[in-house]
Amino acid sequence: MALNPGESARIELTVNGIAHQIDVEARWLLSDVLRHTIGLTGTHVGCEHGVCGCCTVLIDGEPARSCLTFAVQTDGAAITTVEGLAASDDGLHPLQESFRMHHGLQCGYCTPGFLMTALPIYERAPEMSDEELRKAISGQLCRCTGYAGILSAIRGAAEIERSRKGAES
Amino acid sequence: MTTRMFGQSVKRNEDPRLLTGKGRYVDDIEHSAAQVAFVRSEPAHARIIDIDVSGTLDIDGVLGIYTYEDLEGDFAKPLPLLIPNDGLFAPKTQYALAHEEVCYAGEVIAMVVAKDRYIAEDAASAIRVEYETLPVVADLEEAARPGAPVAHLDMEDNVSGRVSEAKGDVDAAMAAASHVYQWRFSMERAAAMPMEGRGIVAHYDESDQSLLLYDSTQAPTGVRGGLALLFGLDPDRVHVVAPDIGGGFGMKVIQFYPEEVLVPWASRLLGIPVKWTEDRREDFIGSNHERGQAHEVRVGTDDEGRILGMETNFLNDAGAYCSYGLIIPIITAAQMQGPYRIENFRYEFRNLFTNKVPTSPYRGAGRPHAVYVMERVIDKIALELELDVAEVRRRNFIGPNEFPYDVGVTFQDGGPTIYDSGEYERGLDVLLDALDYGNARAEQRKAAEQGRLMGIGIGYYVEGTGIGPYEGAAIKVLADGSVTVALGFSSQGQGHETVFAQIVSDELGVAVDKVKVTSGDTRRIGYGVGTFASRSAVVGGNAVFKAAVQIRKQAAEVAARSLEVAAEDLVFENGQIRVAGAPDLSVGLGQVALISNPLRYAFGEESQEAVLLAQRAYAQSDRPLPDGMRPGLETAEFYSPTSGVFAFGAHAVVIEIDPDTCNLKILRYVVMHDCGAVINPMIVEGQILGGVAQGIGGAFYERLAYDDQGQLQNASFMDFLIPYATEIPTVELHHTETKSPLNPLGIKGVGEAGTIPGPAVIANAVSDALGRPIDSMPISPLDIYAILYKG
Ligand code: FES
Ligand code: FES
Repeated sequence: MALNPGESARIELTVNGIAHQIDVEARWLLSDVLRHTIGLTGTHVGCEHGVCGCCTVLIDGEPARSCLTFAVQTDGAAITTVEGLAASDDGLHPLQESFRMHHGLQCGYCTPGFLMTALPIYERAPEMSDEELRKAISGQLCRCTGYAGILSAIRGAAEIERSRKGAES
Repeated sequence: MTTRMFGQSVKRNEDPRLLTGKGRYVDDIEHSAAQVAFVRSEPAHARIIDIDVSGTLDIDGVLGIYTYEDLEGDFAKPLPLLIPNDGLFAPKTQYALAHEEVCYAGEVIAMVVAKDRYIAEDAASAIRVEYETLPVVADLEEAARPGAPVAHLDMEDNVSGRVSEAKGDVDAAMAAASHVYQWRFSMERAAAMPMEGRGIVAHYDESDQSLLLYDSTQAPTGVRGGLALLFGLDPDRVHVVAPDIGGGFGMKVIQFYPEEVLVPWASRLLGIPVKWTEDRREDFIGSNHERGQAHEVRVGTDDEGRILGMETNFLNDAGAYCSYGLIIPIITAAQMQGPYRIENFRYEFRNLFTNKVPTSPYRGAGRPHAVYVMERVIDKIALELELDVAEVRRRNFIGPNEFPYDVGVTFQDGGPTIYDSGEYERGLDVLLDALDYGNARAEQRKAAEQGRLMGIGIGYYVEGTGIGPYEGAAIKVLADGSVTVALGFSSQGQGHETVFAQIVSDELGVAVDKVKVTSGDTRRIGYGVGTFASRSAVVGGNAVFKAAVQIRKQAAEVAARSLEVAAEDLVFENGQIRVAGAPDLSVGLGQVALISNPLRYAFGEESQEAVLLAQRAYAQSDRPLPDGMRPGLETAEFYSPTSGVFAFGAHAVVIEIDPDTCNLKILRYVVMHDCGAVINPMIVEGQILGGVAQGIGGAFYERLAYDDQGQLQNASFMDFLIPYATEIPTVELHHTETKSPLNPLGIKGVGEAGTIPGPAVIANAVSDALGRPIDSMPISPLDIYAILYKG
């Protein structure tokens, strides 16, 4: 849709399965709209120029930088943020549980971005080489952990998922 | 027996919140607040001629624009000097908004408050500042040159402070030495770069005469004290909350950054909540840096490589202002001798103003520089005398029986530097065994025969941690048997909600996840100091321990009376206080809390039972609350250490340099660390691993590229290279445990340890690989290229 500076447009987008209709200005970033308009503050902003990956969300299933995406570009899109990851309020997604188990987070600021980046790949992670896995997350910065815990967490998530499924059946 | 939680890798209490997006960082708070953007100085040194705001007049949604002229009273004075020192004779601090002269690019000149941040930035960019530019001094060594430009117009030179100290007789030692060497070392600036920048939300309530400030600070109690004074408010009506913080690494310990004063000031002026969130560019040019130093070292040795005397004359880059005093160079000087016995030692430093971002401690705080200098000295002695680098270290270590060991110079707290305990040679053995040092050297020789550039670097450090003055903990047992702990110092990812819960859990027999720790909220505890200098676990941990012991005592007294047994016969486990040997006789900790607070009214089942117990407990007493007792099961206790405690460790790295790309490949990175008793090994290892990544980053990737006009050329993550997972190797961790005799828990700090030897090990390894001294840090592939191919 074509918008002039200062003009607003109504967009419709689905965030974590919930439909929203929002009036956005052309220059509003998706990260700002998620955080400040919709109130989902789990998506963090570390640089606003596409380098740190803190703001990563899934747009139609693909990890994307919400700080480099104008909200108006996501008209009609389905977005998943970290808040959409856990099935219930007190349960953790296997990937989240694995981050906890392997100390994949300290301050937690980069964590939502890592989780959303890892979501589409963690099931394949056990088969990936160390180098492949490092490359797969090399768009994300973490200043606290030195990455060791994050790498083990992504590698270990599928196992947690399997053992949960085992426990169910 | 229940398992002792102290020493266990307990999963963190804070994680479920942070993993599900429910963390609460400053920018997550008060979305409806008015938003601030700042106009920052472009030149590094200039006189402000005019500030023209006319371009902002037709921008809708601007609520206010402020410059220095709008500030009054104490707000118009320079910001406070935090740590005075006799040697600091030009203690310059900046104004909240620049007054006539700007002294670094990034200094705040004007503040815009608007309906939202987009509008605030529109207005900020429409403000025109006219400058008369002045000569700039950017380089540290240039700043020390007589006749260099001055960073401040009203000064004759750039020296803000000078300190010297000596022990023994250095001149006599040099005269007696078989070898006297003179070397120069320099280290450029570095920056903390937490993933979350700084942020402030201020809510000034005129009718209540109160101020509520959310601040991503490492020292909320200090901010509160300072703001109460500045605003003329009763300190009990100033509340500072440091909620979840996205990393700090020292950068967030400074009070006051100008924004910390201006945002609440604007809230008072406008009568509405006001918020500012730092963006990444602002963090580069508006949040403090560290590290810049240049050393001239003289060292005298015997033929066996023993150091007989050493002296260093060094310069420290203060940047444009020095609100943190001389702490960084003082730490460098105090920690320079590391694990070595140097009987004759002398230092002198000068703290120099430059037209660059001010400096204050960043993880390591003066120590990475000290360790880099000392460890390069050791390697160079080895090279000169054709000795093995490990052997030279061995010959100079302080022995395990020499503690307490007086280093002979003043520590950062103003007291003497006295090491409490250490096993330095054992530490080196652990490191070398883990590395398989003999084999590593053999492989290196083999590689050399094939023309490959392999190098081994070792870096040893001693880190003074856990300094005073004190820290406190307020503990309260709730009726449901859970326990709350309030701490005055904040957490930036170190796991405070878990480690301190572990200590309480052991003492009170309550599950770790039943202990709710709140850190950094002055509404919960008014006294405290802050999270810095690897001190929280040491000073805070022992305060928590004291408070838990006190609660246990109080609870035991009440339980003993209720159960009609002797207090000594009671055991605390699974939330119950039981009588040893009589499993049926018990009372819940929560019930004891209820009993301790005799109520007229009983709410719910638990309290009805408690009322009955209370009646029994106080049957012999003349009143419901016996004399000398206070209602509730709560206490606040404080711990003040006699002095710092000294952790130590050593890192070894094996690298190979690619002669084509001049890039560095880390083949192995081995760590030995000793931080005394460990509360939670998982968290301690996390601190080390994160620290190592910052050390490697600071040594090889991150460089603050200032030009000679004081302009930071790489103020973005695009150009300033923080290592990704692809740059950080797998780190092998080993540890020894030499408890501190100075505190009840035997703890030493660990927060900074991983970072400290980073530049030293990398510099030593690259020197080793190239056969050429690396005496200025950081290095880059370009530097290596120059060494390899340009002579
Ligand atoms: S905030 Fe989007 S990549 Fe850094
Ligand atoms: S956990 Fe703090 S930035 Fe990654």
